[in-house]
Amino acid sequence: MDFDLSDDQRALKDGIATLLDGVLPLEATRSAEHRADVVDPTAWAALAEAGVFSLLVPESDGGVGFGLAEGTVVFEELGRVLAPGPLVATTALAPVLPAAAEGIAHAVIDAPGRSAAPPLLEHPATCAAVVVLPRIEQVAEEAVLVPVGDLSATPVERSLDPLTPLASLATPLPVGTPLEGIDTAALRQRIMVLAAATQVGIAGEVVAIATEYAKGREQFGRPIGGFQAIKHLLADALARTELARAAVQSAAVILDDPLVAEREADTLSLSTVQLRWRAVAGAKLLADDAAITNARTAIQVHGGMGFTWEVPVHLYLKRSRVLASSFGTRSELADLLAALA
Amino acid sequence: MDLRYTDAEESFRSDLRAWLAEVLPTLPAKPAATDWPGRRAYDQGWQAQLFAAGYAGVDWPVEGGGRGASPIEQLIFKEECERAGAPYVGTGFVGLLHAGPTIIAEGTLAQRERFLPPILNGDEVWCQGFSEPGSGSDLASLRTRAVRDGDHYVVSGSKIWTSHAEVADHCELLVRTGPEDSRHKGISWLIMPMDLPGIEIRPLTTIAGSTEFAELFLDEVRIPVENRVGEENDGWRVTMVTLSFERGTGFVGELLESMRLLRSLTGLAQRTGAWGDAAVRKRIGALTASFDGLWALTKRNVSEAARNGIPGVGGTVFKLAYSEQGQQLTELAMDLLDRAGLAASGLDGADGQGELPNEELVDAWIKSISLTIAAGTSQVQRNIVGERILGLPKEKS
Ligand SMILES: Cc1cc2nc3c(=O)[nH]c(=O)nc-3n(C[C@H](O)[C@H](O)[C@H](O)COP(=O)(O)OP(=O)(O)OC[C@H]3O[C@@H](n4cnc5c(N)ncnc54)[C@H](O)[C@@H]3O)c2cc1C
Repeated sequence: MDFDLSDDQRALKDGIATLLDGVLPLEATRSAEHRADVVDPTAWAALAEAGVFSLLVPESDGGVGFGLAEGTVVFEELGRVLAPGPLVATTALAPVLPAAAEGIAHAVIDAPGRSAAPPLLEHPATCAAVVVLPRIEQVAEEAVLVPVGDLSATPVERSLDPLTPLASLATPLPVGTPLEGIDTAALRQRIMVLAAATQVGIAGEVVAIATEYAKGREQFGRPIGGFQAIKHLLADALARTELARAAVQSAAVILDDPLVAEREADTLSLSTVQLRWRAVAGAKLLADDAAITNARTAIQVHGGMGFTWEVPVHLYLKRSRVLASSFGTRSELADLLAALA
Repeated sequence: MDLRYTDAEESFRSDLRAWLAEVLPTLPAKPAATDWPGRRAYDQGWQAQLFAAGYAGVDWPVEGGGRGASPIEQLIFKEECERAGAPYVGTGFVGLLHAGPTIIAEGTLAQRERFLPPILNGDEVWCQGFSEPGSGSDLASLRTRAVRDGDHYVVSGSKIWTSHAEVADHCELLVRTGPEDSRHKGISWLIMPMDLPGIEIRPLTTIAGSTEFAELFLDEVRIPVENRVGEENDGWRVTMVTLSFERGTGFVGELLESMRLLRSLTGLAQRTGAWGDAAVRKRIGALTASFDGLWALTKRNVSEAARNGIPGVGGTVFKLAYSEQGQQLTELAMDLLDRAGLAASGLDGADGQGELPNEELVDAWIKSISLTIAAGTSQVQRNIVGERILGLPKEKS
């Protein structure tokens, strides 16, 4: 057993971080705030070129052939820089949808059901098609593919996250084409793990930003990070990140490696099917919580500066709400986990 | 990120599982929680059985008489023991987890030969005399004084919160050998036999009503110089050596016990009808996520320890996160017990089936209150995380 990143995984992490520094610096991403086309085609093509979308596609099908463990490494970095676009959906769909593997942007939405509000599509101007995924409790049903052109979509004038444009969709949704023969549960689990990894990236980055600020900002003649009230907020935030990261990486390995799933299922007296759901649900719950709570904490640590548009922390908070709102909200995940406790 | 166990680790696990299945049914009945001599005898008996089977000091190095198992095998050992419901280390805690490892690392040959075997085979029990009435979180301010007189130290002062002092044979004692204000630089680490003249033990009653810890009054206790471990005035460093010893597995038993408690609470909620309350289900769901996360974090700490010798960042945040979650868990237990939680002794029919005795849950709730105090308060842990990991400015000291 070795939970550490392998040398290859470390190289992957460094490689993707360097790539993102070059093609998606936060200042550049921010210049597209509130635009419908926030996804820059050049940056997107660079991600496709680097294999971000074909990451989970077997080498025999022309992909990179990595597992979700590597997926979590890459998506944590994407979260760190607030990379815009339907990244989680496109990468998670790629193993079952060749167009996605080629880098054609796809969205995934939860089948309507939970609330009376209309379904919202992220990045409507960027996506070619959307996959409608059965809700967690109906995972035995089929996912369907609907070309974005077939949808009746009304752009939302102003979205909460200025880097995630939205359109509201008229219901009922078009019937679409069933994605036959795919494992819907596995698809949802991939999405959940990659979304959770993105949240871990967010959770970690806001702590780093706030810690730097706390070292530099002085009040009462000393850096505010020397005050326990601030230090302890950040210590708790770091603990949340580390707990979530361990849970997310563990869930990824459990999905990747059937032997590990069997051993862990034995320890917890669960079936491997139950164990997989429990691992991904727990991982996403902790990661959603870490991202949202840490981003709020980071704003608090910045004082009035934290409430300004200029300081980027609010963008992390807003993105964390985007990711937490689908593929299992904290409330739904808690219910699912209780059923598997 | 490879979470598989090797064949050797798997066979270590299956041998242990088979052995536990064989011996556990033969154990005597557990003594009452308040019967400390009885508990000492029970813990010694279990330790002797572990010793005979080659499982004593699984995590001790071979040169100290232990099994020299890797941190991963330690994890398996604790996992299987908890799973099988084996006894905890109990009164053997200080000897096996603190004093023994310190003597292995820093003791002389004579000290190792004298003190290690009786810890491993269960003959001798240790206690820890670090905290003082005036020195808790700020341990380096301790004032119990040791003055050299020929080949003895003459020790006077007092210690407090000394767990299991009444049933201990030896005490790992921190004393001031340097000037009064020498802090970390003037402390020595002594082995104090508990039957020396001048030691008065005054039991303290915990909020659980148990006398598990005591105050020690030391009045010119003469401790041979040969009982000093490490150099004079180097005791602070000697103490720190032990702190990294557990290598990420320190709380595994407690963690797995909490996970088992959570499962039984789910059963309790279902039997009492509390399960129909969505808020209860969501609390159980959230705790499941947290404890699974802590389990994953434990594995990460253990594999970091296997690789680098110390558990790293995760080891420091673990205690903080575990303490908080442990308290939320027992808070849920009390809420589920409802008014049955007001009875600290057994209440017939408390949960409909008598499966989960209310007194055990009440006891777990009370004990969990010390999680954020003992072995470093959560405030101090947060200081450590903030300063050593995040690099924020230090407190004045
Ligand atoms: C069940 C139990 C068993 C124990 N067993 C043993 C034992 O066997 N041997 C032994 O030597 N000791 C033992 N202890 C003692 C334990 O290590 C101390 O209680 C602990 O270190 C705290 O010290 P204190 O009690 O003096 O509290 P204090 O240090 O007085 O702390 C009081 C409060 O002030 C806070 N505080 C203190 N300093 C700071 C700071 N710098 N910043 C912010 N807040 C601060 C603390 O967090 C706490 O909330 C045991 C304690 C318990 C509860």
